Amino acid sequence: MYTALTIARRELAAYFVSPIAYVVTAAFLVISGYLFSIILITSRQASLEGLFFNITVVLLFIAPFMTMRLLAEEQRSGTIEVLLTAPVRDWEVVMGKFLAALGLFAVMLMLTLTYSIMLWRLGGNPDWGRVVSGYLGLCLLASATLAIGTLASALTDNQITAAVIAFAILLLLWLIGAAGNVATGAAGVLQALSISDRYDDFARGAVNLADVVYYLSLTVGALFLATRVIETRRYR
Amino acid sequence: MIEAQGLVKRYTTRTAIEDISFSVERGEILGFLGPNGAGKTTTMRILTGYMPPSAGSASIAGHDVVYDSLAARQNLGYLPENVPLYPEMSVAGYLDYMARLRRVSQRREAVARAMEQVHITDRANDRIGKLSKGYRQRVGLAQALLHSPPVLILDEPTVGLDPRQIIEVRELIRNLGGERTIILSTHILPEVSQLCQRIVILNKGRIAAVDTPQALTARLQGSQRIYLEVAHPTPETTVALAEIPGVEQVQEQAPGVFDIQHQRDRDLRQSIAALVVERGWGLLELRAVRMSMEEIFMQLTTQEDSATAEPYAEAPAPEEELATTS
Repeated sequence: MYTALTIARRELAAYFVSPIAYVVTAAFLVISGYLFSIILITSRQASLEGLFFNITVVLLFIAPFMTMRLLAEEQRSGTIEVLLTAPVRDWEVVMGKFLAALGLFAVMLMLTLTYSIMLWRLGGNPDWGRVVSGYLGLCLLASATLAIGTLASALTDNQITAAVIAFAILLLLWLIGAAGNVATGAAGVLQALSISDRYDDFARGAVNLADVVYYLSLTVGALFLATRVIETRRYR
Repeated sequence: MIEAQGLVKRYTTRTAIEDISFSVERGEILGFLGPNGAGKTTTMRILTGYMPPSAGSASIAGHDVVYDSLAARQNLGYLPENVPLYPEMSVAGYLDYMARLRRVSQRREAVARAMEQVHITDRANDRIGKLSKGYRQRVGLAQALLHSPPVLILDEPTVGLDPRQIIEVRELIRNLGGERTIILSTHILPEVSQLCQRIVILNKGRIAAVDTPQALTARLQGSQRIYLEVAHPTPETTVALAEIPGVEQVQEQAPGVFDIQHQRDRDLRQSIAALVVERGWGLLELRAVRMSMEEIFMQLTTQEDSATAEPYAEAPAPEEELATTS
């Protein structure tokens, strides 16, 4: 794990020397800030529920940009050859990369805590339980989303391709619940698979074990596949 | 220190290397020589654990590169071809990162020492992306030396450097030899004869020859050659020289300059000298001609095309299972 953290640390530093981290964070804050004010002004309620739903959508769009570089760039530039000939396990590389992306998102999410503080300072009394569960859900959703992005980045040595693959997978998982409207018989199953429908309960203040397990298994599954992809890269 | 036994690497459409076996003793510098695409990089990538062989096995310091990969990798430093580095990092930052990954115990000292060894201490805080090719090469080399590994594998360590840098890097490699075991690849021929105790000549994925530079030179002279220069050649000089027992062929390359090919293991210089003096042709120069590394290389890699390619073609297909295990 020490090795994975070392890799994560380097990767996080790499985010902040390139413009990517700043652009993504700025875009995220502008959009979420705009949504926060709009929702607050129109609803006049000290609640973050609406904002949380909107943040999940924003995440769908920015996650591919946060992860596209992770493994694709190492493979394009050949630095992965140095990495994989050092005494480093394949899963440590994948885990390190994923943790860096998650770390960046954690920084972004931390900055949105200002919204809660504002609600509180403005005299509102938000339901703190819902705030906490909403944030917990966002962290879980982000970890699943970013793990899928990491997998996409392992599949190719081209960053744009990695972003498109990640976006396609995420969008599919996002919309799969909607297919339940047509295939009514399988509606339950399809909704259970949907990455977005799973978030509803978190925003409403309910933390279900099933939802936690869903996001965690998606994360672990994607990272496991990414590790296998890196392993099989060696055979080509 | 390094053992390779029957290494084979097949890709879906082609075979990169076929039946590569060799061993390197502690402290030895072994050179891989061969045209582009001969399998030098593939062989090195297998030794470093970057890719597993389709068949055969290899070990570094007694650790199998597939089954005991981490231990094998801990014992080696690798400079890949083209020296891939992270352009956004500083030299010292990058070396510190690699030292962490290698779990070097005294990182600061190790980084300082490695930078010292390749003379880049004054560039410690420069961004790697802004360095010249020569400096990047040194950063790559410093990275390979960080953990003082007993085995070094260097893929074309001097490519792209200017002549002064080449001399510096060769000097460095020579100094590292003796305590470390080194494999280096190159297509610069004088480099191997200067640096290496033994040479592996690769061609089309197969070993064409393994020997010391001296032995290769001697072994490959199927027939010895003598250079003769006389002041007053006559039309019958060529004929008379050809009649000396043991001479196979005589060529007059320029007026008075002869290239004499004779059988191995016979020194004909005395009889030739005697003949020249007896006929009064006026001896100016007489010496045995040694084949240069270039000529040996050409001879080996062109012979390979017609002669030695066949026997290996029908080799039994080694098992593919290795390719599916991790």
